[in-house]
Amino acid sequence: MTTKLMGEPVRRREDLRLITGRGRYTDDIGHGAAAAAFVRSPYAHARILGIDVDAALDVEGVIAIYTYEDLVGPMAEPLPVLIPHPQLTAPRTGFPLARDVVQHVGEAVVMVVATDRYVAEDVCDRITVSYEELPVVVGVDAARAAAHAVHEDVPDNVAARHHQETGDVEAALAASARTLSFTQYIERSACMPMEGKGVHAVWNHDDSSLRVHTSTQASTSVRAAIAAKLQLSLEKVEVIAPDVGGGFGVKIVHPWPEELLVPMAAIALGQPVHWAEDRREHFISSAHEREQRQEITVGYDDEGRVTALDVRAWHDNGAYTPYGIIVPIVTATQLVGPYAVPVYRVRIDSVYTNTVIVTPYRGAGRPQGCYAMERTMDRIAQDLGLDRAEVRRRNLIQPDQFPYDHHLTFQDGRPVIYDSGNYEGLLDKLVALVGWDRAEERRAEAASRGKQLGIGMAMYVEGTGPGPYEGGHVQVLGSGKVLVSTGLTSQGQGHETAFAQIVAHELGVPIEDVEVTTGDTRRFGYAVGTFASRAAVMSGNAIALAARGVRAKALRIAADVLEADVDDLEIDEGLVQVKGTPGASIPLRTVAVLSNPLRYAFDEAARQATQFAGPGDDSKPPVAVGDAPGLEHVDYYSPIRSTFASGAHAAVVEIDPTTWEIDVVDYAVVHDCGNIINPMIVEGQVHGGVAQGVGGALYERMAYDGDGQLQNASFMDFLMPYASEVPDVVIDHQETPSPLNPLGLKGAGEAGVIPGTACIASAIEDAVGRRIAAMPISPTELYDLVRNPDAERVPAAPTGVPA
Amino acid sequence: MKPAPFGYADPTSLDEALTLLTEDGAKVLAGGQSLLPLLSMRLASPATLVDINRIPGLDSVVVTPSGDGAGVRVGALVRHVELLHHAEAAQVQPLLARATSNVAHPAIRNRGTTVGSIAHADPSGEMTSVLALTGGSVTVATPAGSSAVGWADFFVGPLETSVHGPAVVTEAFFPALPPRTGTAFEEVSRRKGDYAVCGAGVTVTLDEDSRVTSARASYISVGLVPEVHDLTDAVVGQSVDSADWTAAGALARTLVDPDGDLHASADYRRLLVGVLTERTLARAAQEAQNR
Amino acid sequence: MIVSTERTISVTVNGVPRETTVPARRLLSDALRHDLQLTGTHVGCEHGVCGACTVLVDGTPVRSCLVLAVQVDGKAVTTVEGLARDDGRGGEILHPVQEAFRECHALQCGFCTPGFLMTMAAGLEARDRSTDITEDEVDEIVGGNLCRCTGYANIKKACRHAAGLMKEAAE
Repeated sequence: MTTKLMGEPVRRREDLRLITGRGRYTDDIGHGAAAAAFVRSPYAHARILGIDVDAALDVEGVIAIYTYEDLVGPMAEPLPVLIPHPQLTAPRTGFPLARDVVQHVGEAVVMVVATDRYVAEDVCDRITVSYEELPVVVGVDAARAAAHAVHEDVPDNVAARHHQETGDVEAALAASARTLSFTQYIERSACMPMEGKGVHAVWNHDDSSLRVHTSTQASTSVRAAIAAKLQLSLEKVEVIAPDVGGGFGVKIVHPWPEELLVPMAAIALGQPVHWAEDRREHFISSAHEREQRQEITVGYDDEGRVTALDVRAWHDNGAYTPYGIIVPIVTATQLVGPYAVPVYRVRIDSVYTNTVIVTPYRGAGRPQGCYAMERTMDRIAQDLGLDRAEVRRRNLIQPDQFPYDHHLTFQDGRPVIYDSGNYEGLLDKLVALVGWDRAEERRAEAASRGKQLGIGMAMYVEGTGPGPYEGGHVQVLGSGKVLVSTGLTSQGQGHETAFAQIVAHELGVPIEDVEVTTGDTRRFGYAVGTFASRAAVMSGNAIALAARGVRAKALRIAADVLEADVDDLEIDEGLVQVKGTPGASIPLRTVAVLSNPLRYAFDEAARQATQFAGPGDDSKPPVAVGDAPGLEHVDYYSPIRSTFASGAHAAVVEIDPTTWEIDVVDYAVVHDCGNIINPMIVEGQVHGGVAQGVGGALYERMAYDGDGQLQNASFMDFLMPYASEVPDVVIDHQETPSPLNPLGLKGAGEAGVIPGTACIASAIEDAVGRRIAAMPISPTELYDLVRNPDAERVPAAPTGVPA
Repeated sequence: MKPAPFGYADPTSLDEALTLLTEDGAKVLAGGQSLLPLLSMRLASPATLVDINRIPGLDSVVVTPSGDGAGVRVGALVRHVELLHHAEAAQVQPLLARATSNVAHPAIRNRGTTVGSIAHADPSGEMTSVLALTGGSVTVATPAGSSAVGWADFFVGPLETSVHGPAVVTEAFFPALPPRTGTAFEEVSRRKGDYAVCGAGVTVTLDEDSRVTSARASYISVGLVPEVHDLTDAVVGQSVDSADWTAAGALARTLVDPDGDLHASADYRRLLVGVLTERTLARAAQEAQNR
Repeated sequence: MIVSTERTISVTVNGVPRETTVPARRLLSDALRHDLQLTGTHVGCEHGVCGACTVLVDGTPVRSCLVLAVQVDGKAVTTVEGLARDDGRGGEILHPVQEAFRECHALQCGFCTPGFLMTMAAGLEARDRSTDITEDEVDEIVGGNLCRCTGYANIKKACRHAAGLMKEAAE
């Protein structure tokens, strides 16, 4: 019997090459290619007066220098607004190379191509760009005040006013027994994958085709963008995402200027060109995320049940809006989380600032929404003197309320209807896992050691696996090898393993026979991309459907050969056999051979399928009408709408009241992503997400000064956690399958990061008794807070004590 | 992030190195752990790097336990890791290993040199403060000969020393710890291994009745150059078990003039100066009893 | 005394003597990756903080982005490609840290992995294998490298696991 694969911690097939140094990342490809480097704007907002390249032309090794003037046709037009939206009324995007005005430090102005990167940087050093500085807008409050405009023709700095409501919130607030209002901030962080971006382009002059390797989360769409911008026919462009060293969202944005400019240069120069983004470039020219100001008014009854919620927020989208308003939409629609909110209104202005663009970073607006809602729950509890877990419990959507319609429109344009869930179950498990009921005891124990202990929790619901579709191709070769491909890309999630598990399970073949390719447009041309925790849901189900198609065909062919009924056949360990009749069987690889009627034999296996190999049925054509040669199948999965995963986190912090250092001593996660393909991989995703959540809560921020200079554009000063900063995490699972897709999956990629800021803020507030209204928070800020006599004191509410 | 072009020489004698350093824009390369990032970011672009790693005789730790010249002499090519594990040196001057354990992470300590970090004169470096606190000096070789320069004359400003022109700092000398003296060293950093937000190294000396006769401190990431603060007044004559270390911390707070930056306000640094002073003095005093 | 802008260096890389001519300013990380085409060593920050580029020089872990290629003339460099041993039959025997990384799911995207593997291999080889590894030792060994995917829990687990494998092998 085939080994059970679904739901098992199968070890990753990606790992061998990655632990032996045989992975192939973009910068590993194309030895000897010419190297690109960029002159980038040193100013946050300035008009380009002139570019002088004279001194650069005689550097030995310079090959080409490009400015905006060298761009032609669609390349001279602004970069695409990838996701248009009716409420995005003033979309703005930059040019591949700045035309006249630069809008943030780091914007590309000149591209240099030289024999190697060292020389290319020498050339950049000798290029002089003269600028006239313009007034700079930094931060949501400055953008909102609009004393200056980022874009001359958008005087209020508002790119979009996103607005959704489910009823008359003002009436509902007026009718509420109690209301409270507060304002809070969340700052910027960034995906910061260990591998920066990278592009390698080769132009084949002989057949006028272009091959591009790029460190992307969306190779099919990069391909389409390159074809459109460089005016190439789509079939002449191949885009491959090789091994990608992490993405977390920043690589879903496309086309990055470099993804167009490097191929452009490769074509123009007739030689391979390569660009590897360095860390400083990544800080100042790749996307950031998170910054919002949130003004929240909530109405509730005397038992703490929410009756109305009104959220007014300002979202900093940076200098441009290439990725539309996905982040504010996600904040708006995921904010309500696992709670039944009878009347909800959200208005988010997405505003321009002279900073790097803001596009999804793991969580993609959800951490901000979770921060708004969960801190609201804490405040209601504090106001009523209730346990914070109890207030949450009273507001949860109940298991019998699914599907639950929030009457909101999600980022995919589809309704926010929760497919399934058990939120009370999550809360019960979390309370047990973290020892919520022992909080007061622990607080006393910590106090005896001179530490202030606090505990916090946060719950979330995450819309995962949005459409429109993904596809899968499964093909059985005459060798018995099973080739699987899907168009979406991988950045370390273990797709090769998870998808192989699915195919081996569906097809009844040894997993060792399955080979998975992702993100290679040569293998699969239709795809959307890897984002929004969608790979397992979308490609997983598409591949399962494709494997089922192959299985059906295999059984049909085998039934003919074995003279058996299809329903009596099974496939196990790569052998099609008649159930209960040992010996009546045919290897799947032979079925694959027979599926392709041949005239020519080129090996022993092929011989079996040639026209004189055996008795044929002369009454039928070799390939039946409507059938196709080969044992392969392509299928697609296109969901009616997103599925909704959920979870609950709790953090216990200890604060040293002499140095105000904050130590996360316990971190507990309860996680529900529906059916699980590989629990080892899911837990890995949770671990990684939590580390990013802790980083976002306590360490990471993009520190822009008033001139729009990023002051901490290095790993010395942008404090991504080392192992020493990440707490141990305990995890409990709940599996509530999605009724929406064949495998019952919900996404797992982003969940770990979502509640980090909210639950750590709650824990710190609980420890120090002062209102935490801005995150992240560092010891120096906590010190300022606790010694500020005007800082709001938080009413003490007992934790873990039933009302 | 690639270095601008430079010439490279790896002389095998100090004389050759000094000759090479007479050229304009020549700079010494030892461990390179501070210099290489500056080169790659093109914040420094020397014309010539004079790599001293092949010069013999600069790689030893010489420990003189007592008598004239008692202390630890650390050659220019001694890596942090050697001092960290040097038992004999730790015996004579315990601050060396204690401070070194706070220097970055192991891979950096394997390559970076103690003398290099002193010559780099970064006020957030541990060893600059240790040199000051121990009353140490460096030996500076120039074409005119070698001479010892006391720490107070050596550090001029952030990343700036009194040494100009062709010179190699060949050695740092950390005097031995006096009898009945204990030390302690502690840092607060945002992440383990980062430059300290604030660090404190202290020495406490007791008399035969275990009463404090001296309490001194030097801080990391506080002020533009290393300084030594005498805190004795706050605790002088007090018994080790009942000394008012809090008062010493409070005194320290009044003596320092820290700056604020991305990771800490000046006030927060001042707070930490007090806290770390109090903690480290108490530990150092306990240790002093046993020496 | 010669000041060079370019040098031919002889380095024993993963046990094999190699000779290459590099500009004086070439970082060891780039020389390994681009001149010797050993792309297993990764460059994550180029300022010595992330540790992805960690290799062994004469057996000691160093950041290869903080060493010039000309400085390793005459030395032995070990990269991740040299971590597994030849089994004498055309295959390879993984180093215990490699085995442990795979077994414990200690990598996701794999970009930081070579730096962790080299640091951990050197750290575990330097310790007394007859004893069980302590949490302080684990923290010290994994503490200087950045990973953005795994959250470190499984890297620490792999460190413990590898130490166990090496202890068993030593018994």
